[in-house]
This record gives sequence, C-alpha cells and structure tokens, in this order.
Amino acid sequence: MSDFDWGVIARSWPFLAEGMALSALLVAVATAGGLVLGFGLALMRRSRHALVAAPATAYVTVMRTVPLILVLFWFYFLVPLVIGRPVGSLASALIAFVLFEAAFYCEIIRSAIGSVRAGQTEAALATGMKRWQVMRYVVLPQGLKAMTPLLLNQVIIVFQDTSLVYVVALRDFMTTASVVASRDGRPTEMYTLVAVVYLAICFSLAKAVEHYTRARAA
Amino acid sequence: MNYTWDWGILLKEPYWGWLWSGLGWTLLISLGSWTLALVVGIAAGVARSMPARFLPAIASVYIQVFRNVPPLVQLFLWYFVFPEIAPESVGLWIKRELPQPEFVTAIVGIGLFAGARVAEQVRAGVAAVGLHLMPAALATGLRPLQAYRLIMLPLGLRAIFGPLTSELLITVKMSSISLTIGMLELTAQSRHIENYTFHGLESFAVATVVYLLVGLAVTALMRALDRRFGATRYRREAAT
Amino acid sequence: MIVLDKVSKSYGRTLVLRDCSTSVRLGEVVVVCGPSGSGKSTLIKCINGLVPIDRGTITVDGVSVTDPGTDLPALRTRIGMVFQNFELYPQMTALENVSLAQIHVLKRSRADADARSAQLLARVGLSSKLASRPDELSGGQQQRVSIARALAMDPQAMLFDEPTSALDPEMINEVLEVMQALALDGMTMMVVTHEMGFAQRVAERVLFMDGGEILEDVAKEQFFAAPSTERARQFLDKVLTH
Repeated sequence: MSDFDWGVIARSWPFLAEGMALSALLVAVATAGGLVLGFGLALMRRSRHALVAAPATAYVTVMRTVPLILVLFWFYFLVPLVIGRPVGSLASALIAFVLFEAAFYCEIIRSAIGSVRAGQTEAALATGMKRWQVMRYVVLPQGLKAMTPLLLNQVIIVFQDTSLVYVVALRDFMTTASVVASRDGRPTEMYTLVAVVYLAICFSLAKAVEHYTRARAA
Repeated sequence: MNYTWDWGILLKEPYWGWLWSGLGWTLLISLGSWTLALVVGIAAGVARSMPARFLPAIASVYIQVFRNVPPLVQLFLWYFVFPEIAPESVGLWIKRELPQPEFVTAIVGIGLFAGARVAEQVRAGVAAVGLHLMPAALATGLRPLQAYRLIMLPLGLRAIFGPLTSELLITVKMSSISLTIGMLELTAQSRHIENYTFHGLESFAVATVVYLLVGLAVTALMRALDRRFGATRYRREAAT
Repeated sequence: MIVLDKVSKSYGRTLVLRDCSTSVRLGEVVVVCGPSGSGKSTLIKCINGLVPIDRGTITVDGVSVTDPGTDLPALRTRIGMVFQNFELYPQMTALENVSLAQIHVLKRSRADADARSAQLLARVGLSSKLASRPDELSGGQQQRVSIARALAMDPQAMLFDEPTSALDPEMINEVLEVMQALALDGMTMMVVTHEMGFAQRVAERVLFMDGGEILEDVAKEQFFAAPSTERARQFLDKVLTH
C-alpha cells in the first residue's frame, strides 16, 4: 500500500463536495417529479378506459425494460432538438431521470392502491362519496401505509442510479471522483472513496427504512 | 423540430453490422453475468437463510456490500482498482494475460451485483416457505437443519423461479454500464451510430425496440417456467 | 320506493341475474334468501349502482339508477348499505368512520357530524366505543358501527348484504336486534340473509332466488307455510332443520 496517496482525497474535497451536491439535486428532483408523474401514471393505468390506460401501460413498460443509460442518451440528444437550441446536460439529465423513475414510482403506487380491498371502495361509494373522495379519504391513506417502505427504498435506488450520469459527463459525485482519478492518476484511492461513501449512505438509509417499517408494524 | 429522418441508414454497412455486434455483446454479457449471479446468489442466499452460526453473517456482509454500492462503481473497482491491490502476480496476470479483459470484468462486476439481488430473493423465498411449513416440519421431529435441507430449500428455490428468471432482465439492462470500460454493446453502438450519422432518433429507437423484444422474450420464458416449475403459492407472503 | 324491472346482468359469458323484477314499498321489510351463487348479493349491489346492469331498469324513489344522467353519489345518500365484511375504514375511529361521509358529502360541520355520530352509535349500543379503532372491536361491534355509518346519511332505505354471515355465532343476535329495532321504527329494508328466524320475525315479504332468477316473491307467512316452487321447498327444508 506504499505508493497510494490518500491525501488526494483531502486536496480534492471541495470539488468532490460539489459533485455530491449535484447528486443530491438529481435525487431530489427525480424523486419529487417521479412521484407526481408516477401517481398520475398509476391513476391512468387503473382507468377503465383503454385509451387512457394503454398509453400509460406502454410508457411504464418501455421505461422499465430499457437501460437507464439509453434513456439518458435519448434525452441528451432529444431535448436540445425539441427545444431548438443547445441545452446543458443537467437539464436533459433531470428530465430523463424524472421520466425514468416515474415508471417505477407508478408501479409502487399502483400496486399499493390495488392492495386496498375492493370492499373499502364499495362501502365509501355506498355512502355517496365521489370517486376522488374515495381515493383521497379512504384508499390513499391505506395505500400509503403499504407503499411507504417501498417508496423509500426506491429513493435509495435512485441515488445509486444517479451515478450513471457519468456517461453524459455530468459532474455528480461519481464523475468528479473519476475526473480526479484520471487527472491525478489515483484511481484506487478515488474509487475506493466513492464505494465507501455510497456504501455508508445507502446502508444507513436502508437500515433506517427497516427500522421505520418495523416500528410502524408494531 | 428540425429533423430529417433516414431509417435506411441503419441498414447500410457498417452501421448494420455495428448494431448486430452490439446486440451480440449485450446478450453475451447478460447471460454470462446472469449465470454468475445465479451461482453466487443462490449460494449466498442459502448461506444467509440457514439456521447456522457464522455462515449467515458472512453471506449478509456480501449481500449488504454488493447491494449498496452502485453497479457502475463496482465495475470501476474491478477494472481499475482490483489489479492494483491484488497480489503482484495476480495483478500482472490480469493486466497482461487476461483475454478480453473488459468482457470478463463486465461479467464479474455485473454478476456479483446481481448475485446480491438473487441472494435476497432466495432468502425471501425460503423465508416465505418457512413461514408456512417450518412449524409443521419441526412438529414432526425434524431438526432445523434437516427441515431446511429437505423442505424449505427445494420449495423455496422453486417458489422464486419467476423472480430468478426476471433477474435476467436486470442483467440485460445492467449490461449497458460496460460501455464505460469500452465494451461496444448495444447501447454503446447506438450512440456510436449517432456520433457518426447524427441520426440519433433512428438508432436509439432501434436499440429501444431491441431491448423491448429481449424483455418480452425473457418475460415469456419466465411465465412458462413459472407455470411448469414454480411453487408460486408460497411466494405470496415474504417475511422481511 | 325501490323498483326493479327485468334486470339482467352477465359477467362475461355467465348470466348472474336473469330478468329479475320486484319492488319494495316505503316502510316494507323484504328478505332475500337462496343458495350460494344465486345472485342475491349481486342483485342488492345493483340497486345502488355499485354493480352496473346489462338490461332492465332500477328506480329508487322515482330516480333511475341506470340512467347515465343520474347523479349516482347523490342518489346513494338516500340508500344506506351494510356489507358482509363490515368494511370499516381501518385507520379511523368508530366516530370518524360514521362522520366521514357526513362531513364530505352532506357538508355538515365536524361538530354537527360528530354529535350525530355519537347519537347513532349510542342507538346501536356502542357509546363507550367512540374512540376505538376497528381492530379493537369485535365483529358484532364493527357491524353495528357500520349500520350507524349507513344511518348517518339519513337514508330512506337500507340495504343489507348478508350482514351476519361473517360473524361468530354469539355475536349474530346483537346485530339482528339492531336491525329489528330499525324495522320497527319504520325503515324500508331489503336484507339478503340466511337467518330465517329473523325473516320469520321481522320480514313482511320474502324473495327466494336461485340461479339468478327470483323464483318466489310472496308474503312471509305464505313463503314459510307453503312455497310454490320445488327448489324453494328444498331450500327451506335444508335451512330450517339444522
């Protein structure tokens, strides 16, 4: 271990911190946008009208079968084309992430809503509530209990997914570390750091979710 | 939107050949890493769920580490870091003698990541079976290890036939990360074509369709196998 | 009050309701009985539009249930329904269960709604359980809460879908007593049930269904003394001798 220079980590810390901030931004936007869009998609998939349900199902199927890297390439290429002028890779990546993760949030929300007994909906309808009231006061609260641990786990997955912006050279934590690694010739130190940081964060978050789930079930 | 379509360009060489070779590498990497994932994952999952002292803990470490580090990071560790920190002779062999180093690294990196996922599936499947049948097995006088070996394990593995097959879908998607270490699999080739021809919509569209077709094929295979072998009744309630 | 005219319904290729016609007058208590799978639950769920029908008409207090222009939620406030599996909202207390629709559909204030709920829960004998959640209540208690929840909308008629079938035997009576008191107060009721004792004591008319058809539709006394169809006779034999 004699020719490893672990000091490189301290020297590049500010740069790495910026990368981590970008990673956090990606996670926040992907989750917020993904939840909203995912909820809409879930409602569309549950609709009885084929014209509404079919496109949503097709969209979700595509996003869940195609690699995230391809989706990133798609939007990196497509967004400037549609807008008509060059757009920074951050905007394209944010759009790609929101649209990609929405499919996964959709499935979590959809199955949670579906797990609420049909009788609950019938009983609420029988008292004269409209469908949106039934969803809001009876079905969603129950579904929320079921979906919360899965949603939280998905956030952890989103955090891991953000490392892939490496392929569009967006400077998240992983990419900044790799820049330092090749610039200073220190791949071992940098990638070990990255692994340890991700491991620490994801592991603690996963444990926290486990704790929360167990506390709720008690 | 200013864009001139030209689907025909994909049929011309060399682009046509690139797409096919990309698909070939994607399939090879997926199948290779899936196989590794099954071997390692089942072993780890079995170890994790055994009623024993140390083996479950060791397996648990593997699972936790390999699930919580992003697969791209794992790939880079294997490709850039492992040869440096391995014993001198091993490191030298990897750098000089290893055939197709990117391919092998991709399989190892993706396979071990997917293996951790498989291990969790195995553990959940065995636990779900155990929930139903362990009390009954113990009541007939079987010792925990016997009950595990004779009842929970075979049924547990059958119960997760479906999920195990759909792990192949995961490795197909994951195979794309190997482009970062130079593997020219399908996603890489579609970008390659885009770089050369600027017809990105067509080339990405074709790649998308190919991934969808592969996904459909795998899902169909999974359903068929599940129907034939799967003990899906036990898959329902999984203990965490 | 409730009129069904030639109602038919299929699930895919299976005909579950075949040309069913009957009516329930204001203040009448009608019991619907029959073997499993005869379509009794489906029929009663058609009345408030929970199950759409393929042919025929259903009118409640003059308003057509099947007309696409009808405001179904508004119509449903005039009919209360009690379900076999109680279907209380698990995340709310008994009081909140009974108040929910009052607040959001009848637009009563929370205070008014809660006062009315407390009143109704006292009427069904549960004034000590206002703050209890469904998982803290026995089956009989949950069903009584669900009756109070239906009554909270001040309905003109009540529909009961096998209200005691999911209850342990010792709790059946407490629910039947509440239902009997309701009937004596003059509530229009249609009850799907296997409880023949209740039918004999409380009902005015009995409908017998089998295979999706209404085979008997007669006054209670006539049904129990001399049913006209063979299937009804066989059914009564099996049900009354155990």
